[in-house]
Amino acid sequence: MSEPLVEFDDVLTRYEPVIGLETHVELGTESKMFCGCATTFGAEPNTQTCPVCLGLPGSLPVANAAAVESTIRIGLALGCRIASWSRFARKNYFYPDIPKGFQTSQYDEPLCTAGHLDVEVDGETYRVEIERVHLEEDTGKNLHVGGATGRIHGADHSLVDFNRAGIPLVEIVTRPVPGAGAKAPEVARAYVTELREIIQTLGASDVRMEQGSLRCDVNTSLAPTGSLEWGTRTETKNVNSLRSVERAVRYEMRRQAAVLDAGGRVLQETRHLHEDTGSTSPGRSKEEATDYRYFPEPDLVPLAPDAEWVEKLAAGLPELPAARRTRLQQEWGLSATEMTWLVNAGALGLVERTVAAGASPADARKWWLGELARRSNDAGVELTELAVTPAQVAELTALVAEGTVNDKLARQALDGVLAGEGDPRAVVQARGLAVMGESDELGAAVDAAIAGAPDVVAKVRGGKVQALGALVGAVMRTTRGQADAATVKRMLEERVLGG
Amino acid sequence: MSDLTALSVVELQQALSAGETTSVEVTRAHLDRIAAEDGALGAYLHVDGEAALRRAGEIDAAGTAGTGLAGIPVALKDVFVTEGVPTTSGSRILEGWRPPYDATVARRLKDAGTVLLGKTNMDEFAMGSSTENSAYGPTRNPWDHDRIPGGSSGGSSAAVAGRLAPFALGTDTGGSIRQPAAVTGLVGHKPTYGSVSRYGLIAFSSSLDQAGPMARTVLDAALLHEAIGGHDPRDSTSIDAPVPTVVEAARRGAGGDLAGLRVGVVRELGGDGAREGYDAGVLERVAEAVALLEGAGAEVREVSCPSFGLALPAYYLIAPSEASSNLARFEGMRFGIRVGDDGTRDIDEVMALTREQGFGPEVKRRIILGTYALSAGYYDAYYGQAQKVRTLIDRDFTAAFDDDVDVLVSPTSPTVAWPIGARVDDPLAMYAADLCTLPASLAGVPAISVPCGLSEGLPVGLQVMAPALADDRCYRVAAAVEAALGAPLTDRLAERAA
Repeated sequence: MSEPLVEFDDVLTRYEPVIGLETHVELGTESKMFCGCATTFGAEPNTQTCPVCLGLPGSLPVANAAAVESTIRIGLALGCRIASWSRFARKNYFYPDIPKGFQTSQYDEPLCTAGHLDVEVDGETYRVEIERVHLEEDTGKNLHVGGATGRIHGADHSLVDFNRAGIPLVEIVTRPVPGAGAKAPEVARAYVTELREIIQTLGASDVRMEQGSLRCDVNTSLAPTGSLEWGTRTETKNVNSLRSVERAVRYEMRRQAAVLDAGGRVLQETRHLHEDTGSTSPGRSKEEATDYRYFPEPDLVPLAPDAEWVEKLAAGLPELPAARRTRLQQEWGLSATEMTWLVNAGALGLVERTVAAGASPADARKWWLGELARRSNDAGVELTELAVTPAQVAELTALVAEGTVNDKLARQALDGVLAGEGDPRAVVQARGLAVMGESDELGAAVDAAIAGAPDVVAKVRGGKVQALGALVGAVMRTTRGQADAATVKRMLEERVLGG
Repeated sequence: MSDLTALSVVELQQALSAGETTSVEVTRAHLDRIAAEDGALGAYLHVDGEAALRRAGEIDAAGTAGTGLAGIPVALKDVFVTEGVPTTSGSRILEGWRPPYDATVARRLKDAGTVLLGKTNMDEFAMGSSTENSAYGPTRNPWDHDRIPGGSSGGSSAAVAGRLAPFALGTDTGGSIRQPAAVTGLVGHKPTYGSVSRYGLIAFSSSLDQAGPMARTVLDAALLHEAIGGHDPRDSTSIDAPVPTVVEAARRGAGGDLAGLRVGVVRELGGDGAREGYDAGVLERVAEAVALLEGAGAEVREVSCPSFGLALPAYYLIAPSEASSNLARFEGMRFGIRVGDDGTRDIDEVMALTREQGFGPEVKRRIILGTYALSAGYYDAYYGQAQKVRTLIDRDFTAAFDDDVDVLVSPTSPTVAWPIGARVDDPLAMYAADLCTLPASLAGVPAISVPCGLSEGLPVGLQVMAPALADDRCYRVAAAVEAALGAPLTDRLAERAA
């Protein structure tokens, strides 16, 4: 991109960013929002459709009760007020991927309003106010065939897959978030991360950004430092990774600063993020925006969640991520920084489950942040994708603790587990990895080392006790690391110096 | 057997169950009459005689003919989707479309064993009061071929009045069952909103559309009503309540005893000081019918419903607004015609061209009207205001029914059938035909039109309105009027032809 950019740190010397996020989450319900069609991801195009989600003449919607419940639970988890009266509304516009010529959504009567989500960046807490959480239906998916960009412009023709049309979609809209300054990009990322975790904890969606079950639109604006008015915002669409959320804000801050520095005007427009370069380019201009002509959906009856039911849902919420972190931090005696590392490494749940399987919190943490983190890095996969379970990690720590293996042997046992050779104890057995005890075999190896290095023995006996290390090394070599170094050292001391 | 097409549904039931005729014979008699008459009438858009006879043969073979509605032929307004059977809603834009599914009411009639004769003509997307807005040409009134059969269910009214079907389904958004019934001498009932499923009814105005029966007698209409009514889980606005016992009410009303029934004559609909635009003959017939009710023991009084006068402007904001959205799905991508997709135009142009050529002028007029009324900055002044008027009309009904009367009556149509072409260039005159039927539509209450005589040799209808879910009252009063007049009005049409 050839657009001029201002250095990030430089932006903050004269501008204050305001961010805002609109997050779309596809709910993991069995059936679609307004019909009984299945919602399985990746099915053959147009096989999960019926007259309703195809928008055939005469068809009518029936709201999915499970989706309404999920939306309310998300609202409750975000501290929202749950409406006692809520309606669907039609958002009217023409596009081939919306079969009815309108999207059934919610407008001025959403299910949940006025919540908040606190996120932490570098030890600092930022409160993100939630304006609304509402329920709507997803659109179909366009596939543009031919042309260079895969976008509609320049394509030879387009195909539409309506499998996605009508999948329940929850939209979570924040109020503008001022005051994050240089941390704005990270606050944006932390917000989406936390939101994702909450929804995962609720079991409301699989929240896979790469599959589009969580999609983010990121609003960014800049105002001169000290200004009472906010600047014009841009909306960066369909940002589909956590890293991209941060990059989108960062890029827009740098780009908008350059526009403002040059005396220009930021256009209110949607922008597309390019994953490869991290830059954005203009999409549709909001200044010629469509009038969606919202009006209450006459084909659906209003939703009036019963207060008692809402209370029951609230009481049934699982422990939310923030509360869980606080609890675990206390239980494990970690500092805030240690906890942050654990969370950022995506290892919290793994450590928790490893501890539950019997490991000490310190050991569990050491394995997941150390050896296992290294392995996942080397393999380029997520920690959770490693072929080892928390229970197996706990077994490794137990083997070390009971002295069956040392750290080095434990790592070899892990090799076996990752190679699919079974549980750690079985691998130790099969590969013969157990530490040698004070056996005749070890005794012979010690004797051989003494016999093989009379000069060293002489040095030791002459008072240079540290020279014993060379003999320890020799024994370890002959036993291929299976001996316990401390035992070997003690045996050498006895046989060289003792008696 | 005498002419099978002259029999009422009840008479057909009796003949079938007595073994005096078969469903095939009854079906064939109607198909023959369609073949002979429909060239001139234009009541049907689609007839599949072979399929109908095959179906009738199955019913005969099953031995169920005459049980309930089994073996009785029926016609459906082309607004109902029918699996595998062409469905156009009177529009060019759906030409050639064969739906992959059945409307709930079509399914229920199928399950009841009825034989589908065909799909009847209508104003395009049910927008009109004369059936002249059909993309496939007008339908003519069997009483006078130079006059309109009413609308938008004019194909159904002409078919039943002309004995091209024993009875038929119509839909009523602002009067589209009642007004065509009135001007062709039929009984037509708009049920309580939500009491008959809208699933598979191609939507014009979702908050107003309602399917209902059209027949030559009150009892026949009631039989059809009970066959299609009742809760449907596929329609969220469907009321989960038992179907009102309209057949029983029709039988009871035919006894002619209305003692204790309180009838309110709506002053604002053709009463004192509100007679402009009403045919004198229509008002006379209606007054005579009210006198008949009084004679049958009803207490009659005049009732004022001051907000009814606002129904017309409110309706012509709400209905077009909803229609502008409901009709957005017709863009040529998934069904019906597609225009201009020759590789030189982009999708917006193809959609625009398809709609430009697929929709007729009245549909376009209402889409534009509705789009405007819903636009940012105008919503509150138009759509929002109209919804408030709707509440006022609702309150007028509630006040009348709570305190004073059991039913309200008025003319159904201010005039008799007008000559074809007389109002096509004057939309406001066309809209005025709905003056009396709109209040019940906006309030969602049931209303029936029952023949009450002729004016200038043309049928006049009396409208009877009742509280929500009290459809049985409409049938009871209508049956009393019918009984007092002696014979179905359409008998006179048959005599005239003979």
